[in-house]
Amino acid sequence: MDIFLQLTVSGLSNGMVYALAAAGFVVIYKASDVINFAQGDLLLLGTYLVFFAIAQTGMPWSVGVAVTILLAVAVALAIERLVLRPLIGEPIISMIMVTIGLSSILRGAVNAIWGPAPRSFDSFLPEGDIVIGPAVLSADRVLSIPIALAVLAALWLFFRHTRDGIAMRAIAADQQAALSMGISIPRVFGVAWALAAASAAVGGIMLGNIVGVSPNVAAIGLRVFPVVILGGLDSIRGAVVGGAVIGLLEVYTGGYVGHGLSLIVPYAVLILVLMVRPYGLFGKEIIERV
Amino acid sequence: MSLECGVFHTRYASDMGLRPRPAQRIRLAVFAVFVLCFPFFAGDYWLDLANQVAIATVGAIGLNILVGYTGQISLGQGAFMAIGAYAAGLLTLNLGLPWGVSIALACMLTAAAGTFFGLPSLRLKGLYLAIATLAAQEIVEWAMTHWTAVTGGTEAIVLPSPSLFGVRLNTTFNFYWLAVLAAAGTALFAANLFRTRTGRAFVAVRDQDIAASVIGVNVFRTKLLAFATSSFFVGLAGALIAYYRTIITWERFTLETSIVYLAMIIVGGLGSIRGSFFGAALITLLPAMLANLGRAIQETAPQAASLLPYAQQAVFGIVIILFLVFEPKGLSKLWGNVKDYFHVWPFGYRRE
Repeated sequence: MDIFLQLTVSGLSNGMVYALAAAGFVVIYKASDVINFAQGDLLLLGTYLVFFAIAQTGMPWSVGVAVTILLAVAVALAIERLVLRPLIGEPIISMIMVTIGLSSILRGAVNAIWGPAPRSFDSFLPEGDIVIGPAVLSADRVLSIPIALAVLAALWLFFRHTRDGIAMRAIAADQQAALSMGISIPRVFGVAWALAAASAAVGGIMLGNIVGVSPNVAAIGLRVFPVVILGGLDSIRGAVVGGAVIGLLEVYTGGYVGHGLSLIVPYAVLILVLMVRPYGLFGKEIIERV
Repeated sequence: MSLECGVFHTRYASDMGLRPRPAQRIRLAVFAVFVLCFPFFAGDYWLDLANQVAIATVGAIGLNILVGYTGQISLGQGAFMAIGAYAAGLLTLNLGLPWGVSIALACMLTAAAGTFFGLPSLRLKGLYLAIATLAAQEIVEWAMTHWTAVTGGTEAIVLPSPSLFGVRLNTTFNFYWLAVLAAAGTALFAANLFRTRTGRAFVAVRDQDIAASVIGVNVFRTKLLAFATSSFFVGLAGALIAYYRTIITWERFTLETSIVYLAMIIVGGLGSIRGSFFGAALITLLPAMLANLGRAIQETAPQAASLLPYAQQAVFGIVIILFLVFEPKGLSKLWGNVKDYFHVWPFGYRRE
């Protein structure tokens, strides 16, 4: 039972990081139909920026977090303006390759600036352990779950209730109709990238606190795909549920079956979902028969 | 350089030839002479690069058949190359088959595996298919490193170097001929494929699958055939790498490999045979040239030289993005522009 509880907490906290990355992916996909293979590198950027802000320039953590998010948003806006905008309307392969190219550039830049060795900074989430009966849970992992949920809830509310959020949904539904209603598409695309970068930065900050700062963080980018396929490509709710399910499945197979298998379970789920229900749990169902 | 001026075809056969104009034939002949003479003048370093380019050309043409011509995005290139490489190696090591037979069987096995992983294309398109092949890649990668009984896990497999008519192909010079033969054969096959009904059906499925289905193309069968044909050559590339290096390690066939090959066909030009060659050459030579640059500045600026591996990664990304933004049709189109300029030379007007 205690092991179960520990596994559940670490699975959920991993899952919430996945969910934060996946939510960014969903926002970008929903608004602009771009498949972002650089989502993991936005996480990477987040961890290194917060390391830079807190450990290298010595800001207090609250300022450091704000600076990190602002810098990540600035990078995302630059990416959107310089790289993605000229490619609006290009075929899907171009979109995939351009974000792969971006991922390569971001990774190269991060490694060139901070070097490949793992780093760490003084964690600002409370260190200690929480003891529930026989189970010992690390406080930072427990705490990261509500933080992530709050950010995700904010994103969801944004889509529901703000002007830009509704504009984004309008564009997703019908770009031409949205244009003729006076919605500025470039602005909305910019907002989408900014949000994706902000949510990935929060994920990166949490990772930096819990597991430390290292180039391996970028590998999480690939975990985003099982999550978004399971949850549905265009659903924030789906990203949360998918992230939690994939995170839990990983640690349960790792804990109960064998470590090797946990690497591959997400992809097995991915293939299963694609065969049975390709639009995922909460995605919009599009049926096309050829 | 196409020089269409004054060329009249008097027979259908000459009009329909693969290279109907004299200028094209001369160009091909010049290139062939260059390829045949190259190894006698080049050193070991350049021969090694040439072999890599030739093998990459085989793989890139294979991938282009699937992605460029049939429009099915695959991130599983590394996995298919791995299947080709491991099959070619293990068939020789475990069953004692001659290397040529192993390579042929490996290609067919890869074609079968490709067809299997193409099955999701029945229901999935575009992004979804890309993600399905990504999962295939991850699963094959996992199998390579964890299925120890067959693949030896993370240990490398060492192969005997192949020999042909008593000549051992264990030097870059000797292997060059095999690699070039494979590349030329693949290019010839692919160039002819897209002049047949089957090849045209591939292109029709890419351009408009619904219309293709209406005019009587069996879309699903065509997609599977594209997966099989493409994987056959991708497997060949994998098998050639295995026998060229005479050592098989899983690191050579990761997702990164898939991405590098996708970059080749993007940079070279989607749906173009010569583009596959250009792309394979550029993407193979680029890191080598950057490494040379690194050695050159080692003395004067060791600081900058130490950053080079990361700069390499960034440059790779920058090249992809520059091509996508400024010349989405790739090097093949740039070469086409040059040819168009000379199309009706010496007259000034151009073909529209």
